Amino acid sequence: MKQLIASLCLLLVLMSFQTQPKKQVTAKPKTTVVTTAPAAGIKAVLVRGKAVYLQQCLACHQSDGGGVAHLNAPLNGASAVVGKDKEKLIRIVLKGMKGVDIDDEPYNNVMAPHPELTDQQIADVLTYARNSWTNKASAVSPAEVKAVRAKIK
Amino acid sequence: MKKIFHYLSAILAITSMSYLTACASDSLKVATPAGIVADADNAGLKLPNGFSALRVAENVGKSRHIVVTGQGDIYVKLDRVVNGKGVLRLHDSKGNGKADDITGLGNYGGTGITIKNGYLYASSNTEVFRYKLNAKNEVINPDAPEKIITGLGTGQHPSKSIVLDNENHIYVNQGAYSNSCQEQDRTTGSKGKMPCPVLNDAAGIWQYTADKLNQTQADGVRYATGLRNVVGLDWNQQTNSLFVMQHGRDQLFQNWPEFFTEKQSAELPSECMYEIKKGSNAGWPYIFYDHIQHKKILAPEYGGDGKKEGGKDAIDPVVAFPGHLAPDGLLFYTGNMFPAKYKNGAFIAFHGSWNRAPLPQEGYYVVFVPFKNGKPSGDSEVFANGFSGLAQVNSPNEAKHRPCGLAQGPDGSLYVSDDTKGTIYRIIYNGK
Repeated sequence: MKQLIASLCLLLVLMSFQTQPKKQVTAKPKTTVVTTAPAAGIKAVLVRGKAVYLQQCLACHQSDGGGVAHLNAPLNGASAVVGKDKEKLIRIVLKGMKGVDIDDEPYNNVMAPHPELTDQQIADVLTYARNSWTNKASAVSPAEVKAVRAKIK
Repeated sequence: MKKIFHYLSAILAITSMSYLTACASDSLKVATPAGIVADADNAGLKLPNGFSALRVAENVGKSRHIVVTGQGDIYVKLDRVVNGKGVLRLHDSKGNGKADDITGLGNYGGTGITIKNGYLYASSNTEVFRYKLNAKNEVINPDAPEKIITGLGTGQHPSKSIVLDNENHIYVNQGAYSNSCQEQDRTTGSKGKMPCPVLNDAAGIWQYTADKLNQTQADGVRYATGLRNVVGLDWNQQTNSLFVMQHGRDQLFQNWPEFFTEKQSAELPSECMYEIKKGSNAGWPYIFYDHIQHKKILAPEYGGDGKKEGGKDAIDPVVAFPGHLAPDGLLFYTGNMFPAKYKNGAFIAFHGSWNRAPLPQEGYYVVFVPFKNGKPSGDSEVFANGFSGLAQVNSPNEAKHRPCGLAQGPDGSLYVSDDTKGTIYRIIYNGK
């Protein structure tokens, strides 16, 4: 049964990618991320980050990172995601979030905190979110996550 | 793999149902209003044989609920103000079905709008106002509404849908500020609060006096409880009772993966239509309805495992639909334009899902349920489809339009609003 679900997910993910505009596929931030991490390393990070995204984030933030109007905040193009303030972003994952306005649009759903994720998992998924869809931003390291986690304890 | 195909083909069957529906045989032969011509592309909609559609207006703003006057003017409640106005009046001065004279009033966004006893009622997410209408159903003094209800709470389900009965009462939805009353909202494994405090001031329908000023929630009566969030609601004149559409809870799989698969979580819980009497309890957050098992199931937050039953005191739904379709509009059709089978039946505008990912989304259509003597009398059908402009919606952001509000015109036309781009659709019947 597990395999069935896994293959179904894979199928749907593949299908959803096919329906995305070509532009987004070609806009993969290969060159950008190379400047922030070794090329071989970043590929592995993005693969691991995507796995975390599919499990923890996709249901609300959607396959296109667009969120849901009125309810769940978008990640694609969101300043909080691609911005320089990585601490703020890491805090959102660790502490959750409630009722935010982004560009004057209200997003009313509660985001659960995810302290159960490891520093590595959070670094991977944030690096993935910062470098997917149309996003291009520097990687988040496990050390950065660890530092923020220590601060809020 | 076989199961996948079964599932996919089931979806295809649901979505293609509408195209197969033929209903010319029971035609009433009501002529289309003179001068009203359907758009060449039927406004992008797929409809049963004999029906066609036109866009009355486009890009007017995120259009939530709508109401049509006896003169055919449309009042639209905008989710957010556009050019300072939160209520639009769409007027067709040429008689061709297209709104060419659009004016506005009210400086607040919101969802609810209705007309009763010579007044236009409209709601923000915290207040309800009314405006006196003249004999032509025009607002007499747009800048001086009467404030009927004030200080209502908001949160993650802020819409205040409204409807009136025939005894000077107004009914207002007060959505739950929680998904399933967990100690930590939407968090994996978090237990439900017992008793759930949200039920004290939300998750129900409150009844107020329709003509008394400045009422607060304390002045109202909790008419029904255990309703997580209602957006679509209507007063059924045949049964003289309130009918509501509940938005069921989210995230069964995400929060309780030990009990539910992603597929089960996409299908459950049912989106339910309830007939409400004073004191009715629909069971949220302790139970949810499962249309596959035909049972009220104990919520996992309260010890459930997807099989244990619960809610002995909770009412059963009148109709149950698959999960997360988001019913935002409900209308009992009393017009004479459509064929006889539609008379007194229910139209439901399904806004469309988000909590089915990674499976494809569902909804984004208007469904019809036939009724006889105040009870459902046959299978529901997808009546109007194609709002999303896509064969399959993977993410709600892809949908070009999302149906939200429903209204009936004086000639029996069915109007549908779209709260994405703000298209107002008019569906007419001209079958022979």
